[in-house]
Amino acid sequence: MAQVSTAFQIEEFRLGSAQALADYQQQILSERDPNRPVIIVCHGTGCLANGSPKVADALRQSIAQAGLDAQVIPEIKITGCHGFCSRGPLVIFQPSGLFYQLVKPKDAEEIVKTTLIDGGYVDRLLYVEPRTGEHIVHDHEIPFYKHQQRIVLKNIGKIDPTDIRDTIAAGGYQALAKALATMSPDEVIDAVETSGLRGRGGGGFPAGRKWRIAAENLRKNPGPMYIVGNGDEGDPGAFMDRTIMEGDPHAVLEGMILGAYAMNATQGFIYVRMEYPVAVRHLTIAIEQARALGLLGKNILGSGFDFDLQINRGAGAFVCGEETALIASLDGRIGEPIPRPPYPAEKGLWGRPTIINNVETWANVPLIIDKGADWFKGIGVPHSTGTKIFSLVGKVNNIGLVEVPMGIPLSQIVEEIGGGVPNQEGFKAVQTGGPSGGIIPYALKDTPVDFDSLTKVGSMMGSGGMIVMDQRDCVVDVARYFLRFLEEESCGKCLPCRLGLKAMQEFLDKFSKGEGTPKDIEDLQSLGQAIKDFSLCALGGTAPNPVLTTIKYFQDEYEAHIAEQRCPAGVCKDLITYFIDPELCNGCGVCKRVCPQACISGEKKQPHTIDSSLCIRCGMCFYECPVDAVLVQ
Amino acid sequence: MSKQTKKKGTPAKKTKNEPTKEKAGFIAFMIDGQEVKAMPGWTILETARHYGFQIPTLCFHEALEPVGACRLCMVEVRQNGMNRLMASCLSYPQEGMEILTNSERVQNGRRWVMEMLLAACPASQEIKKMARELGVASTRFIVEDPTEECLRCGLCIRVCEQIVGAKAISFGSRGVTKHVATPYMVPNEACVSCGSCVAVCPTLAAKTRLDKFRGDISLRTGHGYAHY
Repeated sequence: MAQVSTAFQIEEFRLGSAQALADYQQQILSERDPNRPVIIVCHGTGCLANGSPKVADALRQSIAQAGLDAQVIPEIKITGCHGFCSRGPLVIFQPSGLFYQLVKPKDAEEIVKTTLIDGGYVDRLLYVEPRTGEHIVHDHEIPFYKHQQRIVLKNIGKIDPTDIRDTIAAGGYQALAKALATMSPDEVIDAVETSGLRGRGGGGFPAGRKWRIAAENLRKNPGPMYIVGNGDEGDPGAFMDRTIMEGDPHAVLEGMILGAYAMNATQGFIYVRMEYPVAVRHLTIAIEQARALGLLGKNILGSGFDFDLQINRGAGAFVCGEETALIASLDGRIGEPIPRPPYPAEKGLWGRPTIINNVETWANVPLIIDKGADWFKGIGVPHSTGTKIFSLVGKVNNIGLVEVPMGIPLSQIVEEIGGGVPNQEGFKAVQTGGPSGGIIPYALKDTPVDFDSLTKVGSMMGSGGMIVMDQRDCVVDVARYFLRFLEEESCGKCLPCRLGLKAMQEFLDKFSKGEGTPKDIEDLQSLGQAIKDFSLCALGGTAPNPVLTTIKYFQDEYEAHIAEQRCPAGVCKDLITYFIDPELCNGCGVCKRVCPQACISGEKKQPHTIDSSLCIRCGMCFYECPVDAVLVQ
Repeated sequence: MSKQTKKKGTPAKKTKNEPTKEKAGFIAFMIDGQEVKAMPGWTILETARHYGFQIPTLCFHEALEPVGACRLCMVEVRQNGMNRLMASCLSYPQEGMEILTNSERVQNGRRWVMEMLLAACPASQEIKKMARELGVASTRFIVEDPTEECLRCGLCIRVCEQIVGAKAISFGSRGVTKHVATPYMVPNEACVSCGSCVAVCPTLAAKTRLDKFRGDISLRTGHGYAHY
């Protein structure tokens, strides 16, 4: 992935004042021709994996071959994730907004010829609306983007995250300049408190109140104070924080500098997962460039305020996303949670007041300072203000990252932005809040997505994972999957979590084999409640949520497993049989070829049969059959 | 203090050190309906034990810093109209709190933890006895190792670090595979063979492991005991 590194080397010159920053922004803008065609190639991790660097290379080559580099000088810009990950690699033309999806390197020549030279568009690369079949030309017309409100993600996909000039041209660090020049630290805290910003990492604690507590503790107990950006995102199927750190690292930096100014901290840490190499690299580059411009380090923007940042890489422990475990890890101790209180705002890193916020929370702070707390409060609903980024994954047409105002109905996210469930009427359930969240059934599809409403239905906002399930997903199996994940990630310090998650799995394993009694379901609920009550940290305290909510909303499905030895969704291997409908089977033999057990027999053009005694229920035949003749019971 | 008639299992009251006079600094609160006063700095557990209330613990030792790992000492706390569960070994009482050491939620949690412990440490007689006292006779969960006694409470590790200062042992691995081990699983020189780990072990599991912690002493000293 070495091609990505277009890190622009800034010669060391420090911006000495807010005015100098504004002048620099004007200078960058005046050097740029707004009409110059810019080809944006998404280099988010999803598109990187789909080969976007090769697409960018091919485009460069085609442009050179066509001799365009001399006349129009089209610029190819490498950006962070656009969010529409299932359609990558994405290529977008600016300023027109022409949107190509699933671009392959071999398409480059045609794109250059049709779009840059002739001014038209390549029809087959356009986005096709799955329900109407309509071809959509521009990105802002695509329903996936149209219904979103992108404020935190506004720069992502438009700027080159490895070039601070792009950020500054887009208005980056203006909030910092404003705060340093016109606001006192207390006024910054006031603004964040008034805005109603709540922690985006899962807890949902009001950020402003937390800051105020820390600032007061620091006044009582003078000395160093630390702030931490939590980028240790570990939920399966969640990539909000990664996208922000990769696509707009300066937003996180600016938020943290503002927080440091508000609370008089001199040192900050960004704790990033080791598994996010692109995020680590982009943040490192961003910190270097910000330091070179005097936006970080000593005497920031000539205001006399000092603050510096350091990146710490997490070694792959989910539990280190919990703030006390994260502090232990930064401290150099074993990454295990310790009981609160005392809260980190009182006694955290090295015994000093410490503020930990999720990187998404930090990225919201510059917006609040720049546009005002009242503007922020106007978005969303009371008690859950602003927007929230969700990673919409699972059985949904448009997989990707969406940013919506808080409080919009769940169905709107899944149906309008997500484009609905493929080949089905509605979704069966949505898991929100990651593995420790809960499942929301279709019947509650109009639940507003905000902190309090989600808690009320037994789920939670969490960090923003949203996994859509359809009728082919078994709730017992889903609950087992999340429990297994949490059991692996449990630190093992307290007994209810270490032993309890294993014990709950034993119950679910029994159910998935059709064993157990109705009383076992009651016992499982009682055990779940005990684990919730007794666990030391939030990992154990929320781990039973998927089990408890699935029992609450899908008890009939649990009962079907036990009483009728039947898995209604056709997933639990011990309870299903695959068979071939002789009426539908055309004897093509695909199932016979893919079967790893060689237990499918039949002559060509004749209906095939499955030998159930040998079948391991892998489902290969089911997924491969071109005429859907393989059925499951 | 007025003596109250209480349900079955009412602990015997110690009267010797009971702070009877209203003194500044005492924190007055209720445990199971009885008014108690805590000295400043006492935890809920210390206060409760001082008054003779029985709260089961496995990872607690008076000489060591509490960590709240076994969670058996959880109590239900009523304060300002809210009910929540707290680990009594780590929590400090506040004026006007109402503590329930044996409420239904508390009992439910303790029973589940004991039932799971019976499967996790099937060889330990101490766990069996404690489980019986809490009303758990058998376990439905899978016993993986019938010889296992260690419940990973970490008392041995803490005594080695906090009292002895040797830091010869630590937890290895994580989660379900967590176990007490020496660094890199190699018996090491740091162990002074004091036996404190065995002394604090609630299930005597450390006894069978001591040789793993200290290794073959004769290799270091030329004879079978720790001193040179």
